[in-house]
Amino acid sequence: MSLKAPPSPARRSRGRGGQSGRPVRRTSGGLARLGPLPWIAPVVLLILAVVVWPVIELIRTSFLNISIAGIVRGSAGTDKYKKLFDETDFGHVLLWTVLWTVVVVGVTMLLSLCLAQLFNQNFPGRRVTRWALIAPWAASVLMTAIGFKWMLNRTAGVLNTVMIDLGIIDSSKDWLGSAGTAWPWMMFVAVFVSLPFTTYTLLAGLQTIPADVYEAARIDGAGSWQTYKGITLPLLRPAFLVGVVINLINVFNSFPIIWAMTQGGPGSDTATTTVFMYKLKETDIAESAAMSVVNFAMVVVLVLIFLKVSRWNEED
Amino acid sequence: MATATQTAGAGPGRDPESAERGAAAPARPTARPPKRTFRPRTLVITAVAWLLAALFLAPYLEMIVTALRPADELRDRTYLPDTLNWSNFIDVWKESSLGDNLQVTLLISGGATILVLLVSLPAAYYTARMRFKGRKWFLLLVLVTQMFQPTALLVGLYREFHQLEMLNSIWTLILTNAAFNLAFAVWILTAYIGSIPPELEEAAMVDGTSRFGAMIKVTLPLALPGVVTAVIFTFITSWNEFVMGLTLSTEPDKQPLTVGINNFIGAYTVQWNYLFAASVVAIIPVIVLFAFIERHVVSGLTAGSVK
Repeated sequence: MSLKAPPSPARRSRGRGGQSGRPVRRTSGGLARLGPLPWIAPVVLLILAVVVWPVIELIRTSFLNISIAGIVRGSAGTDKYKKLFDETDFGHVLLWTVLWTVVVVGVTMLLSLCLAQLFNQNFPGRRVTRWALIAPWAASVLMTAIGFKWMLNRTAGVLNTVMIDLGIIDSSKDWLGSAGTAWPWMMFVAVFVSLPFTTYTLLAGLQTIPADVYEAARIDGAGSWQTYKGITLPLLRPAFLVGVVINLINVFNSFPIIWAMTQGGPGSDTATTTVFMYKLKETDIAESAAMSVVNFAMVVVLVLIFLKVSRWNEED
Repeated sequence: MATATQTAGAGPGRDPESAERGAAAPARPTARPPKRTFRPRTLVITAVAWLLAALFLAPYLEMIVTALRPADELRDRTYLPDTLNWSNFIDVWKESSLGDNLQVTLLISGGATILVLLVSLPAAYYTARMRFKGRKWFLLLVLVTQMFQPTALLVGLYREFHQLEMLNSIWTLILTNAAFNLAFAVWILTAYIGSIPPELEEAAMVDGTSRFGAMIKVTLPLALPGVVTAVIFTFITSWNEFVMGLTLSTEPDKQPLTVGINNFIGAYTVQWNYLFAASVVAIIPVIVLFAFIERHVVSGLTAGSVK
């Protein structure tokens, strides 16, 4: 279950007496003579222009003085970083970002394990119910978040109505008005939109476990919890880890949920570093760039973990 | 379980034939024993699963209900409105500027999808068929791109296109959306094309077809499930994209629908019925499209690490 590059032709040709490290299709004149450039250059160019260039621009901007109108006023050295770290909100924004990411990913993984186990069973309507699970995955995260904002609306939100009718609360609340209640709801939405992908990833993992392993466990007299702990969980580990890392990256970056529901407010009480970065962009784009560089560094760490977890280098 | 055996080996590059089969016959029914007795356990599982399915759909159903509410019933604390106002779905495009935004979104998603296909197909074909110097680095670059989301690069993107004087241009959003979807497309197409035996092309070439002809007539049709997945996935992701639209276009009539809908909330009185009429129109086609490719998406997103 390690991450593998798509099958390389050389490996396939080995079976037919070919040598690895050489094009299989030596006969195919045009293809081989032109080399890879005309084929892969457009992809590389697009990535250079839209992914690599912004990274460089980002780092460069964080060391500049730039007016609100966007005019460069010389170098700022590391001033923007100092300004950023001195922001009174910076500490708690950082803390909440970590909490937000850890809680959302943790709860998502736990619930997805249950969901995957459930939807891996045989029951009537399995296909239909699994399709229903797709909705939050396919729909725009922003629109889902706006949907929840509306459902939490103080005057007419259906969630307020339901909770009043169930006797959970006495009168309708302004859930998104203060950080204490806004955070749990935003985390709820983040988990809600992360569940489908994670569940499907784990389902794919579950299906790689051969049936005879379970058969063997049954014959040995293992109970269902024992089987789950001793067989399913260890064998599910690769899928689980990939799910964790991809979710970490997604949740860390999940700007639309918070932006749609509270815009990080009141103040910066419900901002994560990405939201904070966006807010800084309005006043000082260089400081915002400094925040981005910090974010970017964290994403790089997560990507490296991903590559490690998926064991990119092990094969090929 | 209908398709578990097919799906089991559907990781790209692993057991492509079964991926092929899974795509061709997604609804293959399992031969079931004629008499099926419901055990209590199955009953509980069924009940829980259906309940969960309903919960997952609930927010979207509430959006539909709100989209059907007449304006004067918006503030009512009722679960369903007394009258259903279907005309909201038509009026929203007349009463607001969301029609422009929808048009922008269509152009961006369509443009990005075409661009992704044009650029990634040759690359995927070559990568799948040839072993060349830097192949591994190319695939690593592609994979890493998938991990870097636009949000992390937002300020850099803004600065870049500000300097190029390309803010508020449709082309900017087509380019950026295409770039961030390339990874998925290249990856899934490489896996699919790699799974098609080159012998098939060779056979066609022996029969006098050119290499290009063989590629178009033999390989492409066989890789179609991969192409369809890449197309639909790119279209949906660009359709749903928000942060780049918000940052790279500032003129209201040049912003995509997601940004337009979000702007609606900033207004003095939010016309939630219109807002959700537009949202529902934007969401439903996407969910339906997604259902077609769902089984291939996981393998593409996890880049083959999960079978």
